[in-house]
Amino acid sequence: MNLATFIQNILNSLTLGSLYALVAIGYTMVYGILRLINFAHSEIFMLGAYFVFWGITLVHLPWPVAMVLAILVTASLGVLVDQVAYRPLRDAPRISALISSIGVSFFLQNVAIVFFQAIPREVYRPAWLEDPILVHGVRVLPLTLFVPLLSLVLMLLLVYIVYRTKTGLGMRAISKDIETSYLMGVPVNRVIAVTFGIGSALAAASGIMWALRYPQLQPIMGTIPGFKAFIAAVFGGIGSIQGAVIGGLTLGFIEIMTVAFFPDLAGYRDAFAFVLLILVLMVKPTGLLGERPEDKV
Amino acid sequence: MPTTQTTPADDVILETRELTMRFGGLLAVADFSASFPRGSITGLIGPNGAGKTTCFNMITGFYRPTSGEVLFEGVPIAGLPAHKVCRAGIARTFQNIRLFNNETVLENVMIGRHLRQKTSWLQTLVFTPASERENRRDQARCLELLDAVGLADLAGEKASSLPYGAQRRLEIARALATEPRFLLLDEPAAGMNPQESEDLMGFVRAIRQAFGLTILLIEHDMKVVMGICEHLWVLDYGQTIASGPPEAIRSDPKVITAYLGEEHAHA
Amino acid sequence: MRRGRTILLNVLAIGVFGLLLHLAEGYCNGYQLQILNLIAINIILALSLNLIYGFTGLFSLGHAGFMAIGAYVCSILIMTPDQKDMLFLLQPAYDWVQTAHAPFFAAVLAGGAVAAIFGAVVGIPLLRLGDDYLGIATLGFAEIIRVVANNVPRLTNGALGFKGIPAYADLWWNFGWALVALYVIVRLLQSNTGNVLKAIRDNEIAAKAMGVDVFRYKLLSFTVGSFFAGVGGALLASLLTTIDPKMFLFTLTFNVLMIVVAGGLGSLTGSVLAGIGITVLLEWLRVVENPVDLLGFSLPGIPGMRMVVFSLALIVIILFRREGLMGMRELTWRSLAGVFSRGKA
Repeated sequence: MNLATFIQNILNSLTLGSLYALVAIGYTMVYGILRLINFAHSEIFMLGAYFVFWGITLVHLPWPVAMVLAILVTASLGVLVDQVAYRPLRDAPRISALISSIGVSFFLQNVAIVFFQAIPREVYRPAWLEDPILVHGVRVLPLTLFVPLLSLVLMLLLVYIVYRTKTGLGMRAISKDIETSYLMGVPVNRVIAVTFGIGSALAAASGIMWALRYPQLQPIMGTIPGFKAFIAAVFGGIGSIQGAVIGGLTLGFIEIMTVAFFPDLAGYRDAFAFVLLILVLMVKPTGLLGERPEDKV
Repeated sequence: MPTTQTTPADDVILETRELTMRFGGLLAVADFSASFPRGSITGLIGPNGAGKTTCFNMITGFYRPTSGEVLFEGVPIAGLPAHKVCRAGIARTFQNIRLFNNETVLENVMIGRHLRQKTSWLQTLVFTPASERENRRDQARCLELLDAVGLADLAGEKASSLPYGAQRRLEIARALATEPRFLLLDEPAAGMNPQESEDLMGFVRAIRQAFGLTILLIEHDMKVVMGICEHLWVLDYGQTIASGPPEAIRSDPKVITAYLGEEHAHA
Repeated sequence: MRRGRTILLNVLAIGVFGLLLHLAEGYCNGYQLQILNLIAINIILALSLNLIYGFTGLFSLGHAGFMAIGAYVCSILIMTPDQKDMLFLLQPAYDWVQTAHAPFFAAVLAGGAVAAIFGAVVGIPLLRLGDDYLGIATLGFAEIIRVVANNVPRLTNGALGFKGIPAYADLWWNFGWALVALYVIVRLLQSNTGNVLKAIRDNEIAAKAMGVDVFRYKLLSFTVGSFFAGVGGALLASLLTTIDPKMFLFTLTFNVLMIVVAGGLGSLTGSVLAGIGITVLLEWLRVVENPVDLLGFSLPGIPGMRMVVFSLALIVIILFRREGLMGMRELTWRSLAGVFSRGKA
């Protein structure tokens, strides 16, 4: 492998890794607060991409406007899903909300099939993202710079919200102890809603960029990236935002580099993540940065 | 049971040696060294958070002690998983009652029998005589146990439907079904009125007699503690601050300080 | 005396049921027979998942994986070597795949057995995990099985899968196996081992204190459940006569989970009733996906609508009737007698 290909692979890994990381953050935030694996998150990712498509083809919005609007609409949808399908189950056994989220996941996916049909659709891509540029003689796809950079901006924004705002303080308090947070006057329900909003916005951004990178839309496009992002969150340590980012990037690198160095294994690429998941759960279920309280006797 | 009178004082059924439990930086129990004569009823007392339940958890295999040893009839058991400790002959109850709520009273006790059963469920598929016989025998045995704790009439009820006091007795019956020689009771009188506590004392003595048990109990109700325990161990902040017969403990200044604070001890 | 009467009633019920099957065979058309067959298989799958999740509290999402194992093993065993010659176009089958052959009953049993072995092997590391982690890890296992099925063409014929699998799985085989599954699981749960499984579900810590080797019993339940999932997959392969890796997506597990939740976690009666109801519902919902001619107007079919309704139903059940149809109740001869005597009084 020559240097140019290697650099391209690094950029590809960074791109894929940031996309996983953005989705993983949503999983990890919701799990940190509600101890819920939100299966519907992968459909939120998919719908974000479809909303851009709609904005451009039906309403003829300019691409950046469509993107921002799509992120906002998807964020509201994420909040709505929580209010309708999870909030009534806060006091129910934990697995009930999980089953509900599996139901929501299938529901959204099939609503998408009803409205958009199952056939894959072409995605509009701005030319400036698509035309390769030469950097020191290496052909680089601008998209592979754009995705990691935009992701970085979004993550910095998130860090600001979580560590510098009152809502962020509420999130951290609830993830430590939801009961006490109620007693201390944290507006728990509002903070949970904001968490779903932020998580869904990041997933939408990821879905939109995913559609640019692998230029196709289809209703099942969220399933596999969703699983992998969840695995990234577990690998990094569920509940930890830093962990989700590290996990996402790691997974991106593993996937791209394994296929680059061992092309024979390309067919197994979707299995890597699951093997990694099972290994992590067996060796260190808390992941790299996570902590989980022991069961009290 | 005659053993209580006839065995020499050095017949120790269970002994702990410098049992220590550390949770991160917190020293929950330090160097707990105690011995329990066969057939005795011993109390483990101390203020909230003193480390009493942690001691129970170490003895019964729910926690692996940071250091130290537990000898049960001379055999080291510290660090064994809970189910093996139970198999060895040590049973317990819980401070917050832990019944199998969706099952009947009889089924709760039957679960205690399973580790003494010899036939497998595969045999019940074809109704082998051995498994049928064993099942009938175990059911009869469990009904006897329920009779002993006064719950025989409620055998078919769901465990969660029992009143509080009955739930506590069911937990004890369930523990007895595992055929223990050493029984640990975690706050058996919690939530009971004076009359119920009175009954409990008689009940604990009776089961010791009937099942040849050695009993260790955690209890906050001093009337119960002083009424049935022959020996007491007192913990405070994980340290053993006193041990001896109840009368001696009652007047021990260190114990009074632990319970009531500094001023009262000197008053 | 009471036991004797129960056995008599059971034998009678099976006799009547057999008669009904015989009549169904004679009078039902192919489509109706297909639905009846699917009912039997779905009951087997639901009973096995209910044993694992409803009675032992192990939240497993790996059913599709075990079904795939059962389906592939059984198919390889019942197809003739000549058939396999024609089938493996991409690459020739491994020699042992090529030559392996067994009668249908043995093949189904083998499908279940191999699924059970896989269940035990993945169960050993995974069953130590807590509920939701166990769910996602078993789901991962099922996905790995699918990816492997796609990538080992000499064993599974890759993405093309198998076609022309002999259609042995008729009413008698399917309902026969459903009865076997029902009997084994009922007897398991009636034994004291069954009490232990329920104890683990209700309060794992207390179960440990009662001397229960929790891990061993979880593994037992998981292995028995995997066995019947494999059997269900094997029968399904022979019923549909074609299989490929796409068939064993998460959707398949979702359908079984839906039956178990709708019927009631911890109620075998519920699983049987919901197995019937939901299979019929799913088939009936196929109508909305196909074009219909209504009074001369032709309405286009709406693909995806079936699963929209279906998933919405699951959400509604979880939100408003979490205990499902039956909760943890069972229908027994005694409870039936109770209903009738109350009716008379």
